[in-house]
Amino acid sequence: MTDNTAEIARQFIEAIPFSGALQMQLEEIGAGVAVISMPWAEALVGDPKTGVIHGGAVSALMDTCGGAAVMCHPQALAGTATLDLRIDYMRAATPGQRITARAECYHVTRSVAFVRAEAWDEDRSLPVAAATGAFTVERLPGSGTA
Amino acid sequence: MSPAAPEPVELIKQRRDRALAVLVEGVPYIRFLGVSFDRRGDELTAVLTYDPKLIGNPLIQALHGGVTASFLEVTAIMELSFNMLWDDVESGRVAADSLSPGSLPRLPKTIDFTVDYLRSGLPRDAYARARVNRQGRRYASVHVEAWQDNRQRLIAQATGHFLMPSRDG
Repeated sequence: MTDNTAEIARQFIEAIPFSGALQMQLEEIGAGVAVISMPWAEALVGDPKTGVIHGGAVSALMDTCGGAAVMCHPQALAGTATLDLRIDYMRAATPGQRITARAECYHVTRSVAFVRAEAWDEDRSLPVAAATGAFTVERLPGSGTA
Repeated sequence: MSPAAPEPVELIKQRRDRALAVLVEGVPYIRFLGVSFDRRGDELTAVLTYDPKLIGNPLIQALHGGVTASFLEVTAIMELSFNMLWDDVESGRVAADSLSPGSLPRLPKTIDFTVDYLRSGLPRDAYARARVNRQGRRYASVHVEAWQDNRQRLIAQATGHFLMPSRDG
């Protein structure tokens, strides 16, 4: 992916209202891989006794990151929507720490893009969550025969 | 001896609504999303009030997939938590008047959650109900459905597994 398309991708992701509400930030993008991070915020807390972020906010990060990975796949995809997303929560994200997700679109067929993703807080030794998803594929007109 | 007079319905409603309100108020993310709960007896319907910040695709004005996932997960956890608290409040183990976010039992923890996106979410209110398919002492399996204008046309459904808090302390 050229710098120009990476810049377009960055603008596209930062223009998504809900991603903006969660203060998501695109860290890296290209060739079917996206890295997006999100700060801890009091408004996102799901368990008031521990201050741990709600799983739903982590889902939103995983979903955005998965969609971005699909859209930057080399097979020039015009758009995508989530078909299904499964998230496994391995441990609680530490309150106050930034969460970073990395998603990889590892296979694309004519109609479906397959994605796996992981998310970490500042401790990179064990992910807080892992996800697998299937996304729709909408192609640019005239973009190959696949 | 005559049987005890039934408890006034307003008192029962107050107690149940108070228990629900304390649960909901305690979770910042529920407020952030704009989710409220409509209670009929022990049945909860979650209501997601539309707000422009919930959009995920500005071109077609669709709800963000993460909003839908969050809404379903919030609904599942509230169903489990309210069931637990309902038992405590109705049996008199916990006095509704003394409930505060600080005195609540711990919330269930999500183990895994799988969302099946069926239709794109339109820029309007959405509703969800959860059904606990199995609940043991440690684990629970919950199914959730969300819809907008038409109950028969779901926008998404989800199944999740949850680790239940220990009831001892």
